[in-house]
Amino acid sequence: MLETARQYRRYEKSPVDETRAFLEKIRRDTFNAFITVDEEGALRDAKAAEELLKSPDAGALAGIPVAIKDNICTRGVRTTCASKILSEFVPSYDATVVRKLKEQGAVILGKTNLDEFAMGSTTTLSIAGPTRNPRDPSRTPGGSSGGSGAAVAAGLCAGALGSDTGGSIRMPASFCGITGLKPTYGSVSRYGLVAFASSLDQIGPMAPTVRDAAVLFDAIKGYDPLDSTSVPRDYTPTNLDGIDLKGLRIGVPKEFFGEGLNPEVEDAVRSGIAVLEDMGGRIVEIDLPHAGYGVAVYYIVATAEASSNLARYDGVRYGLRANDALDLGDMYARTRDMGFGPEVKRRIMLGTYALSAGYYDAYYRKASQVRTLIAEDFRKAFSQCDIIAGPTTPVTAFRLDEMIDDPLSLYLLDIYTIPANLAGLPALSIPCGFDSLGLPVGMQLMAPHFREDLLLGAGISFQDRTTYHQEGP
Amino acid sequence: MKAYDAVIGLEVHAQLLTSTKIFCGCSTKAGLPPNTSTCPVCTGMPGVLPVLNRKVVDFGIMLGLATGSRIAPRCIFARKNYFYPDLPKGYQITQYEHPLCEGGSILIETAQGVKRIGITRIHMEEDAGKTIHDEKAPLSYVDYNRSGVPLLEIVSEPDITSTDEAVAYLRELRQILMYLGICDGNMEEGSFRCDANVSVKPAGSARYGTRTELKNMNSFRNVQRALQYEIERHIEIIESGGEVVQETLLWDPSRGVTVSMRSKEESHDYRYFPEPDLVPVEIDSAWIDSVRSALPELPFARRERFIGQYGLPAYDAGVLTQTKAVADYYEECVRLLDRPKEISNWIMTEVMRALNEQGIPITELIVSPEMLTGLIALIDKGSISGSMAKEVFAEMVDTGESAGGIIEKKGIGQINDEEELRSLAREIIDAHPDEAHKYRSGKTGLLGFFVGMLMKATRGEANPKLASRIMKELLEE
Repeated sequence: MLETARQYRRYEKSPVDETRAFLEKIRRDTFNAFITVDEEGALRDAKAAEELLKSPDAGALAGIPVAIKDNICTRGVRTTCASKILSEFVPSYDATVVRKLKEQGAVILGKTNLDEFAMGSTTTLSIAGPTRNPRDPSRTPGGSSGGSGAAVAAGLCAGALGSDTGGSIRMPASFCGITGLKPTYGSVSRYGLVAFASSLDQIGPMAPTVRDAAVLFDAIKGYDPLDSTSVPRDYTPTNLDGIDLKGLRIGVPKEFFGEGLNPEVEDAVRSGIAVLEDMGGRIVEIDLPHAGYGVAVYYIVATAEASSNLARYDGVRYGLRANDALDLGDMYARTRDMGFGPEVKRRIMLGTYALSAGYYDAYYRKASQVRTLIAEDFRKAFSQCDIIAGPTTPVTAFRLDEMIDDPLSLYLLDIYTIPANLAGLPALSIPCGFDSLGLPVGMQLMAPHFREDLLLGAGISFQDRTTYHQEGP
Repeated sequence: MKAYDAVIGLEVHAQLLTSTKIFCGCSTKAGLPPNTSTCPVCTGMPGVLPVLNRKVVDFGIMLGLATGSRIAPRCIFARKNYFYPDLPKGYQITQYEHPLCEGGSILIETAQGVKRIGITRIHMEEDAGKTIHDEKAPLSYVDYNRSGVPLLEIVSEPDITSTDEAVAYLRELRQILMYLGICDGNMEEGSFRCDANVSVKPAGSARYGTRTELKNMNSFRNVQRALQYEIERHIEIIESGGEVVQETLLWDPSRGVTVSMRSKEESHDYRYFPEPDLVPVEIDSAWIDSVRSALPELPFARRERFIGQYGLPAYDAGVLTQTKAVADYYEECVRLLDRPKEISNWIMTEVMRALNEQGIPITELIVSPEMLTGLIALIDKGSISGSMAKEVFAEMVDTGESAGGIIEKKGIGQINDEEELRSLAREIIDAHPDEAHKYRSGKTGLLGFFVGMLMKATRGEANPKLASRIMKELLEE
């Protein structure tokens, strides 16, 4: 991305040619990374970027072709959330992140595949069909931002935006061998992100390298008056030179290396941590005693919020509406029965139950209390260390024909990623090695709120020392 | 029949007079063409987020202070989940566990004296749109202009024990809202809406009976009728050995009965939970103080002051303080002319009548306090009689002219009393025998002298034609 930006300025490449080349690659895409490709819009953006590049003020993203997860609203371009219920929905507004990217001259190639409403870990639960992992097309790219992950890994875009509610950026980043950042809750506006679980959702960048992810993150972060949960503060640009790891205290939670972690994944992650240590980092063993409750808490809080967030898809104002309904109740029931897939229905039902009279205290209130304890664990941990390192996922990409059909086992794939969402912390996944099949393994770094500078700095320094991120499929 | 006590609690929804909606920038103006004051936020489009209009919090704090409520230092919005076409998000953003205000009260006048009615809570929420059913086709339309218009919900304690008290409470609350300038109080158009919880218990018993909830009472009269009907219905059921069923009922004003809407079993489970798209509202003492400093004097206090300061009877004070505008008008009049009781009488009778006839608020009355006090001053001086003044006032209301102008034009301010003028004229003739003699000897030019004397005696207010005729008649007798 940064190299392309330099080439633009030296007139060795033009945004229009670059965009045409990406569009051509997308046409031949066999991984099914995109739901909608906006060729016309992309070329229009590219031409505008050529004008923009004549100004010395043009930013690093001017003319850079990027892809957007299809649960982020794009004005005039269909935004489906991979759901039948929104299959024809065209927003009249841009999400704040999309507006920011456009203002900085980025070229928006199209909308990437996902699990319906970002609920899933495989990018198979989609009206557009499954996305395949460019590392091995018989395998899942992970999810729910698997379309963005595959598009980046296959070189179909220079970078992409995903959304992460319980690991939906980091897991596909890990499975596809790319970099993915789940920013601090409140640092990137959620305006225009179709809500799954409002208190957990966060938009973030996915890119081939940490530097590219940092450029995208810098472009989209910042306070937005349209999102009341966005935090007003000084957002300084990331130092793309990396940081000196000397003396950096790296916390390693023993809870992240327990039962269920694939030994090959553990080996790769431990070797990644050893690199950080070798670069001057100091390893500190830490405790996150409540992290083990993360998945349980998550599937109450996230489904509760989802059951409410998805109530608006009722067939009244936009989206799918069932014909021939007998009455209003029947119209709702039929529309939502036709419009939502089984996983979405399962989560709506779970969440409705968790919030219902007589169960609220036992489920939602209790989950909220445990969530506070998890956040408190991290606060204590960060008094002993500067960043936390561990695996992103317990396994590497699995085969689509070996799909886990037990939802509970699928939910456990998020065991290491969920705590950062519950605590609102920033977390980065970077490639740190491969398993015996040559599938990439991701290492997750976590930092205190708004300390993306530490994560990205450490990640840049790590990638300057390693080549995992360059070893393509 | 045994004696029973009624127990009534009221829930009022007051639509706020902010210029924009509670969570978006759309106008709150009523009467616009359907769906023209809407945006992605208030129509619940995917991905959009609410942003709180802080003016709504200001208004809530105002009412909280006016009712002596505790203002929460930190209050939280919640989602109330249910499906209905006029509810675009499938949930209403309201407040549940942590409302803006708690523990207030207002004072009402009852036959037994002043009574305090507790206010359990006041919270902020958004209004829904309006569903319009097509009578001819199996079709319904939804207008989202009202969706997101801010409301305050005011929940009373079950301190109300009669229909009269219920109406007194509503009138007082409505008056406070209007005094504060935060709600127009229009019940017919729904900017001041009331639901009631009603139960009865044997007189003196501490145990509450089963309650029913009443909806659809859109005037004070309907509140009174519906509550009366419902109390009697409860007593009848209990007297005949039955049990009151907990349910929600609609008042049917044309038939004068309450009709079951849904039973307790059918009641919604709203699945309240904290609204994750909004942060808690932190209210510090500086915020409360800034609202307090802008708070107007409230009706009850003003009523008391009118009694003390102007020596008005309680009845007058009550009428004059019914709206802030009338009270302001009254006080401006008193400032111009120190006749508090006379002014009160005028406002309570002639002014109020004119307002009723024209169907306008006092702020639109063409007769200003200057004009009204000008008229009253003329009565004081004896220039016109009280009954004449009423005619003059009616003319002022119609034409907007001053009292003086009308009197001059119509001549009604002049002394037209023949007897009075005749006796004055006799005195003048008697006091000037020489001149009278000369006149009668043919020097009729002296008529001018005599008329002049008569005019002087009436300070110029005698009707000159009448004065001249009477003088001539008497001199030529």
